Amino acid sequence: MTAPVDDPIVAESLVKRFGRFTAVDHLSFRIGRGEIVGFLGPNGAGKSTTIRMLCGLLRPTEGRALVAGIDVARNPERVRERIGYMSQKFSLYTDLTVAENLRFFGGIYRVPRTALPERMRFAVEMAGLTGREDTLVSTLAGGWKQRLALGCAILHQPPILFLDEPTSGVDPESRRRFWDLIHTLSAEGITVLVSTHYMEEAEYCNRVALIDRGRLIEMASPSALKQHKLGGDLLVLECDAIGGAMAILHGVTGVRDVAAFGNSIHVLVESAAPALRLLPQYLADHGVTVTRIAPIEPTIEDIFVQMVGSEARAGEAAA
Amino acid sequence: MRLRRLKAIAVKEVLQILRDPRSLMIALLMPFMQMILLGYGISLDVKHLPVCVFDREASQNSQALLKRFQASDYFTIVANYQSYRAVTAGLDAGTCRLALVIPPDFTERLSDVGTSSVQALVDATDDNTANIAMGYAEAVVSGFSSDIRLETAAASGSATQTIQPVAVQSRVWFNEDLTSRNFIIPGVVALVMALVGAQLTSLTIAREWERGTMELLVSTPVTPTELMLGKLLPYFGIGLLDAVFCLAFAVFWFEVPFRGTLVTLFLTTSLFLVVVLGIGYLISTAIRSQVGAAQIGLLVTLLPTTLLSGYAFPIDQMPPAVQAVTYLVFARYYVTSLKAVFLKGSGVLDLMEPILAMIVYAGVVAVLAARAFRKRLD
Repeated sequence: MTAPVDDPIVAESLVKRFGRFTAVDHLSFRIGRGEIVGFLGPNGAGKSTTIRMLCGLLRPTEGRALVAGIDVARNPERVRERIGYMSQKFSLYTDLTVAENLRFFGGIYRVPRTALPERMRFAVEMAGLTGREDTLVSTLAGGWKQRLALGCAILHQPPILFLDEPTSGVDPESRRRFWDLIHTLSAEGITVLVSTHYMEEAEYCNRVALIDRGRLIEMASPSALKQHKLGGDLLVLECDAIGGAMAILHGVTGVRDVAAFGNSIHVLVESAAPALRLLPQYLADHGVTVTRIAPIEPTIEDIFVQMVGSEARAGEAAA
Repeated sequence: MRLRRLKAIAVKEVLQILRDPRSLMIALLMPFMQMILLGYGISLDVKHLPVCVFDREASQNSQALLKRFQASDYFTIVANYQSYRAVTAGLDAGTCRLALVIPPDFTERLSDVGTSSVQALVDATDDNTANIAMGYAEAVVSGFSSDIRLETAAASGSATQTIQPVAVQSRVWFNEDLTSRNFIIPGVVALVMALVGAQLTSLTIAREWERGTMELLVSTPVTPTELMLGKLLPYFGIGLLDAVFCLAFAVFWFEVPFRGTLVTLFLTTSLFLVVVLGIGYLISTAIRSQVGAAQIGLLVTLLPTTLLSGYAFPIDQMPPAVQAVTYLVFARYYVTSLKAVFLKGSGVLDLMEPILAMIVYAGVVAVLAARAFRKRLD
């Protein structure tokens, strides 16, 4: 198997086992230059493990990873010069200031001394920290910390970025700003692999890889996923007894799947028109009053829930 | 290896040390406290040993002998007993460590036979002190007896008899005052340096693991050697500072004579620091928690250094098997060097053996430490 070297990230049947536990199970994919690919899946699905293998932090049990055309296991140091990495846990030095952190990574990545002040200014600006260069990182709020971490990761202008759940625990406004930054970087030709367990963030990606229990379930653009993968029409249903309604709906013919979404239910049916007509009456007969029923556009979360089945559902209900 | 990366790590490390009260405490306060504690706490000298007396004669002669004991710095007469039982009780209770019993016929035998004996009972629970006390006691008694010989000879008018045929003229070298402090303090300096050095570096890698910064560091192109040197360099500076402080403390506070050259001192101290810091770093790479690393660091430095480095307990008095083990104790080489530099004024050439041993040790530790750190998470 010879891969064309122009794809910046190539995974060939990657496997990672920890003892008897298989964290990543024969994962293969290719990511093209300038693409933003989102790794989607519940906690423990193997997203971080895969990213760590691609960065050379973990050695694959089987398979091969090529980053920037370089075999990661054979030549990790050459790969490391070409990538930027943000780990799941915030990992800048909190006892250093913003500028000290940037200067440190500038030194580690050997950013040319003449270019460093300009790059640092760019990173500080990007993180929205202009004027706070001498603030200790420990005193920054979550969103700023994340953006600073991204700033440190791109200080050496790597062509490839690995971001492992960069937005977890950050407020929605900061998350949106963070994605704006990722799009700006991608427009400059940087390839981005980003993992998240926020399903709605999938919409920001060029392609999405759905991962569950170490396996790649599907990899496609968000719109393609939505069009082809559901196999039916999606309805949103609000009523006075969600738990009861779900139990009742599970046995009904023409109903493919039922999932709770906050205080409403998403119902996947074979066809929308008859369901809209018949379901309220059917539920009323069983003592449940429907306050609203309407067709809706499926989200990536709907697709994911549909594809990985009921097991993942419990874990993702909160997301 | 890239100097740029090394420098980035070193600068970062310095900033972190300056902002971490715990590191600063270890670096600056701990040596001071340990020098005071260990410097004053350990003394092998016998001074003012409590003595009790059972003078069965109570004559002018017996009192003259006792006065000599009292006059000496080594003994203080604390009790006069009138029975053997009281003497035994005094020794048992620890009231005195040495008991002198002067026989009722002390003077009589002196004048009749020309010689008499005094009984000395020693509490030898601490055999070292007991030996020293016996030695001092014998010295006091022999001083007394030669004076008597002089007197009797003068009285009988035969001056020729007073000349001893052979006399030992002993002269103590290197530690003329025979104070154990001069012997121990240089060792204390080594002990303090070993403790502080290993404590400082045993935390540096563990801290990165605990704070999660190691994951990011591993993802960068920094090499294990750059990381090691960058991290050890600032601590080497601190270590030298501590060494200057401890050594100055030894010379100016404890007044240990210093006869060597600063060059020899600097060379041996630097080598020892490299070994100690390297061992701390090695521990740090193996143990990912700060508490665990600090404890292992203490265990590895404190125990062998106190017991087997020869800083207080001479190595050549240990059983051969234990002596063999001491060759592995890195502190022994520094203790040997320091004592020689301080008291004998030995130079680099005189200390070739311990210096070479430390060079080998430093090399092995450095290679192990650089290799021990794998740039991977699993």
